[in-house]
Amino acid sequence: MTRTLQRGAARSAGLSAGRKATNLFMGFLISLGTLLVVAPLIWIFVYLTAQGIGALSVDFFTKVPAPEGEAGGGWLNAISGSLIMLLIAAVVGVVVGVAGGVFLAEFPRHRLMPTIRMVSDVLSGIPAIVVGLVVYSLVVLTTRHFSGFAGGLALGLLMIPIVVRTTEEVLKLVPLAVREAGLALGLPQWRVILSIVLPAATSGIVTGVMLALARVAGEAAPLLFTAFGNNLLNLDPSKPMSALPLQIYIGATSSYDINQNQAKAGSLVLIVLIFLASLAARSATRQKK
Amino acid sequence: MTNTLTVPKRPSPNSRGDGVFRAVIIGLSLIIIAVFLLSIFLLGRDSLPALREFGFGFLTQTVWNPVTKQFGAGSMIAGTLITAFAALVISVPLALASAIFVAEYAPKWLANPVSYLVELLAAVPSVVYGLWALFALKPILQSFQLFLFTRNPDLVTQCSTLHSNGQNSFACFFMPEAPTGQGLALAIIILTIMILPYTASVARDVIRLVPGDQREAMYALGATKWEVIRGAILPFARAGITGGVILALGRALGETLAVAMVIGNNPEFVKTIWGNTATMASMIALQFGDAQEALHRSSIVALALLLFFVSVVVNYSARLIIVRLTPKGIQ
Repeated sequence: MTRTLQRGAARSAGLSAGRKATNLFMGFLISLGTLLVVAPLIWIFVYLTAQGIGALSVDFFTKVPAPEGEAGGGWLNAISGSLIMLLIAAVVGVVVGVAGGVFLAEFPRHRLMPTIRMVSDVLSGIPAIVVGLVVYSLVVLTTRHFSGFAGGLALGLLMIPIVVRTTEEVLKLVPLAVREAGLALGLPQWRVILSIVLPAATSGIVTGVMLALARVAGEAAPLLFTAFGNNLLNLDPSKPMSALPLQIYIGATSSYDINQNQAKAGSLVLIVLIFLASLAARSATRQKK
Repeated sequence: MTNTLTVPKRPSPNSRGDGVFRAVIIGLSLIIIAVFLLSIFLLGRDSLPALREFGFGFLTQTVWNPVTKQFGAGSMIAGTLITAFAALVISVPLALASAIFVAEYAPKWLANPVSYLVELLAAVPSVVYGLWALFALKPILQSFQLFLFTRNPDLVTQCSTLHSNGQNSFACFFMPEAPTGQGLALAIIILTIMILPYTASVARDVIRLVPGDQREAMYALGATKWEVIRGAILPFARAGITGGVILALGRALGETLAVAMVIGNNPEFVKTIWGNTATMASMIALQFGDAQEALHRSSIVALALLLFFVSVVVNYSARLIIVRLTPKGIQ
C-alpha cells in the first residue's frame, strides 16, 4: 500500500517537463480560444452602444422615417411592423408547433411520427431566405402584393421547428404517472392532455415560444420578398410592412451617415430586446429546476 | 378475475372526443409535412424554366449575366463552398476550445456566464453582424490591405498583369486587387463568428456527457489534464462533435444577409482571398427583387432549390450522427 502510494507520488513528481509544458500550453490555448469566441460579442455590444446611443431619442420611437438622407424621423414603422408580424408569426408558430410537439410526445407509436420528427428537424435547417422565396410564391404571387401577412407567415414557418422541439421535450418531462392517474380517473386522453399535461408544461412551452420569437425577430432575409418594407406607418397587415431587421438592412447599406447611424441605433434596440427575451426565457427555465 | 380483465376492453363512454382530438393534432402536424412538400413543389415549379434551359450546365457554368441571359451558378456554388468550409476550418478549433473550457477548466461561476455568452452569439441577428462587419471590421481590413499594397508595389503590378491575362499565382492569391476592405475574407470572418455557437454548444453538451469514471481512470494513471482531454474526452465525444460541425456547416451554407452585405456580390469566380464574389444565398437576397426577366427570376429560384436540397441533406446527416452516435440524452 505504502509502496503504491509512494510510486504514485514519484510518478507525479517525475512528470516529464515536456508533458507538463504541453499541459500548460494547451490550457493556455484553450483559454485564449474561449476569449476569442466571446470577444466579438462584447465588441459588437460595446460598438453598438457607443455608436448607436446618440441616434436614440423620443423621435426614434414615435416618428416615421424622414426621406432618405434627411435628418430627423424615427423608426416607429419598423417597431410596429415587427410587433405585428411577430404576433402573426406567434399564432402560426404556436398553433402548428405545439400541435406538432404534442403529436410527437403523446402519440409516439403513430406511424407518421418518425416522418414528422424528421421533417421538422430538417425544416429547422432550411435557410430563412429560401423560406422567404417559398412564401413569396405561395402568398405574394397569389395575392399580387407584398404584405405583413406574408412576412408574418414566413417568420411563423421559421418558428415551427423550434416550438415543436421544445414542446416535445417539455411534454416528455411530465411524468407518465400523471397521465396514468388522469386516465385512471376515467378521463379521455384529450382531456388528460389538454387539462393536465399541457398546463403542467406551460412554462416550458412559453419559454420555447419566447426563444423562437427572439430568434425570428432578427430575421430580415425572409422579409425582403414578403413584407417588403414600408416607410409609412402601416398597421394593416394586408399591406407592405417594415420591420426592425429590414430597416437595419436598408439603413446599413444606405450611403447617408444619418441612415447608417439610425441603423446602429436600431441594431442596439433589437439586440437589447432579443437578449432580454432570451435572458427572461432562460431564467424562467432555470427557476423551475 | 376474468371480469376485471374484460372491463378495459369495453370502450369507455368518456373517451368520446379522442378521435376528434387526435384528428386535429395530426391534421395540424401534417401542416409541417405540407410546408416541406409545398416548398419542394413551388421551388421546383418556379425553377423549371431555368433548369430546362440550362440543364446540368447550370451547376457548372460560371457566367451569370442577365443581359445576355446566361445563368450559371458555378461561381456562386464555389463562393458558397469556399466561405462555408473556410469558416468551418477556423471556427471548429475555437468552438472546441470554448466547449472544453466551459466543461473542463472553468469553475462554475465562470462556466455558466461563458456558455451563456456563447449562446448569445447565436442570438445576434444576421443583419447586425453585417452592420458591424461593414462599419467596424471593414475599415480594419481596408487599412491592412492598403498596407499590403504600399509594401509590395512590384507584386501589385505583376498580379494585375497576371489577372488581366486570366492567370493567377500563389502570391497573387493573397494580394488584394484594390483595397476595399470587403470581399471573401471579410465574409469568412463573419461566417466564422456566426457558426461558432452551433458547434460550441453541441460540443459542450457532448463533453459533459463523458462519464466521470473515464476521466478519473486516466487521472488515476497519472495523466495530465490535457492528456485526459485528448485521450478520454475528445475520442468519446467525437461523434457528437462531428454532428455539431455539420450543423454549423448547414448554417454557414445558408447564411444570407451578413454575407450579402460584405462579400461584394460579384458573380464571378474569385481570384484572390480579398476579392469580391457571391454566395448562392447572397445572390438570391440581392437580385430576386430586381429580377424582371422571367429566366433571371427562375434561375434565382433554382439557386434556392439547390440551397434547399443541400441544407436538407446536410441537416439530415447532422441529426443522424448526433442522434445515433452519442449516448442518450443529447439530440
